[in-house]
Amino acid sequence: MVGYIWAFMIGVGIIYSFITGHINVINESILTNANEALDLILNLLPVIVLWTGILKIAEVSGLLDKFAKLLSPLLHKLFPTVPKDNKALGYISSNIAANMLGLGSAATPAGLKAMQELQKINQKKDTATEPMITFLILNTAGVTLIPTTILALRVAYKSVNPSEIILPAIIATLCSSIAGLTLDYFIRKRKKKNGNNF
Amino acid sequence: MEIISKIILPLFVIIIIFYGVKKKINVYDTFLEGAKEGLITTFNIFPAIIAMIFAINIFLDSNIFTFILKLLSPLIRTNKIPLEIIPMALLRPISGTASLAILNNLFIQYGPDSFIGRLSSILQGCTDTTIYVIALYFGSVKVTKIKHALWGGLFADLVGIIMALVLTNLFF
Repeated sequence: MVGYIWAFMIGVGIIYSFITGHINVINESILTNANEALDLILNLLPVIVLWTGILKIAEVSGLLDKFAKLLSPLLHKLFPTVPKDNKALGYISSNIAANMLGLGSAATPAGLKAMQELQKINQKKDTATEPMITFLILNTAGVTLIPTTILALRVAYKSVNPSEIILPAIIATLCSSIAGLTLDYFIRKRKKKNGNNF
Repeated sequence: MEIISKIILPLFVIIIIFYGVKKKINVYDTFLEGAKEGLITTFNIFPAIIAMIFAINIFLDSNIFTFILKLLSPLIRTNKIPLEIIPMALLRPISGTASLAILNNLFIQYGPDSFIGRLSSILQGCTDTTIYVIALYFGSVKVTKIKHALWGGLFADLVGIIMALVLTNLFF
């Protein structure tokens, strides 16, 4: 899908500027593009390296696991159909905890394992179960406490207070997560009412 | 409010390092190990960044987006939505790199402390690559009937976008 969008942007961009007679702009754009990418990566590099170093300490010391455990009472409420001792809940909490700390690379493996565990207790293997959907809505709402890359970019472009966006971003994420989960809850309830079993 | 934004990072750092020392792990070596991983990750995303910046710049420099927005502007200009943010809002659920490239563009053009700079920062921070994650996670267990997972996720993103707008006006 990303491939199609990528090709679409390039194709439409070049064709449109041909039609409007601005192809010289695109010519210049192509030539200077790669430098801009290099600038971007160099801007991101220091903060990402620093932060992954610090987060590695959180991971190795077991702080991440501890954080994940704090989430588990909440998870039992969100996933009532998953048995309490199921491994999936552990993976889900690690996934969310890692996402919260901006540890995308640690979040994905835990998330994929959670899906595998949920698939084991799935009756119809090609159909998404209730907990899978709830998990993905929770995951894609993306609660992040430390948005590393954004902070790095803001620092690079000389923001007076780079971290000023953290709090509003957290509030916005909380609202979107709650909205997503509420929608999920009502859809489930309505389906149950209609006798439509998952 | 401003205080919270300023203490959250130092607070995180001190908690993490304190806990590491308490658990008697070698915090310095662990830091170096993690930092090295971060270096590798950053290099690994470099090709994707080049690819996305390339495509997005061609698309934006062709001005077709300005043309489309002009056609649509009577419809969307009802409230204080800056049109510059729309490409980012559209691409955010699909590709994190693409929206990062647009964020970079907006910072170059308007600066990080402008209204658009702040709004786009919050937008990038409060939503995730919903479509990509759903494709990856369901794909990994071969589930094809995903029911309302996609719409639920996109609905949450939409609420996130609206909240980003409201909060940028409220906070700054």
